[in-house]
Amino acid sequence: MKENLLLDYLLQLGDNALVLGQRLAEWCGHGPILEQDMAITNISLDLFGQTRNLFQYAAKVEGKGRTEDNLAFLRDAIQFKNVLLVELPNGDFGRTIVKQFLYDAYNFLNYTALLNSTDKQLAAIAEKSLKEVTYHLRFSSEWMIRLGDGTAESHQRMQTALDDLWMYTGELFEMSEVEKELVKTGVAVDLEKLKSDWSKKVREICDEATLKVPENGWMQKGGKTGVHTENLGFLLADMQYLQRAYPGQQW
Amino acid sequence: MSNTWPLWEVFIRSKQGIHHKHVGSLHAPDEEVAIENARDVYTRRQEGVSIWVVESKNITASNPEDSDAFYEPAKDKIYRHPTFYDLPDELKHI
Repeated sequence: MKENLLLDYLLQLGDNALVLGQRLAEWCGHGPILEQDMAITNISLDLFGQTRNLFQYAAKVEGKGRTEDNLAFLRDAIQFKNVLLVELPNGDFGRTIVKQFLYDAYNFLNYTALLNSTDKQLAAIAEKSLKEVTYHLRFSSEWMIRLGDGTAESHQRMQTALDDLWMYTGELFEMSEVEKELVKTGVAVDLEKLKSDWSKKVREICDEATLKVPENGWMQKGGKTGVHTENLGFLLADMQYLQRAYPGQQW
Repeated sequence: MSNTWPLWEVFIRSKQGIHHKHVGSLHAPDEEVAIENARDVYTRRQEGVSIWVVESKNITASNPEDSDAFYEPAKDKIYRHPTFYDLPDELKHI
């Protein structure tokens, strides 16, 4: 039973990284300029690397012969446990940055807390990932500030994106049953404890970016239990196409 | 967008103790982003441990038309090369 809980938790962490990585990969060749195109796809590759570490461990914990590739390419939307925020469409570059920043601020705190996980393998993955995520947060923070406090148009686009995405931030700190159980043994992160630090970071950057932090209202949720927006299906259709059409195909 | 961003020259130190070497240029709106862009464009394959950026307009370059006056006179002064000394065997990296 404990193994199943851990498997669920690893998939939750891995799915967040995989789905966000896939979203960012959509920018490949479409970035506003070459330098930003590479920056975004570098982050995408970091996230795929984190996914691999988490899925390899998940496959081992499950012990039923499934591989990291099976977990990525042969599960349906309802079996994905990522938060809704990461599956939302990119929109323009500004919206992509807002989404990335809101997630990075959470991801940084989550991995920092995971350093103290009683699961040594998970703590080791967190340590490796944290170096990457520290840069992601720096990158998205800098662009929040520049576009928020940029031209009238960039400011307006950033504020609109922030207002639209805000209802997807509540889920980041909503504990699933799996997380509640695993917090008791010190494996999972108690998300409730991250919330004030997250709010502080978001407020600090938004203040500098001259953006107004939205009021907390009704929040969307469901991703952690497999209830997704319609966007995830399209993303997976794109990502999983090859393995679905040509099962077992390799490079 | 890229038309309005200034050009920056990028210098990377490949490892501690080695000097920074010019590796190329990029566009960025300011120095912080220039450093981040340099990190993302020029250190993806572990090329560096330190980055310098300088806005290209701040570099003063010698004029190609001066090359005769600048560089020709050194050509016949081979005695300036330290190849006329016997080096002890213990001396490495020369």
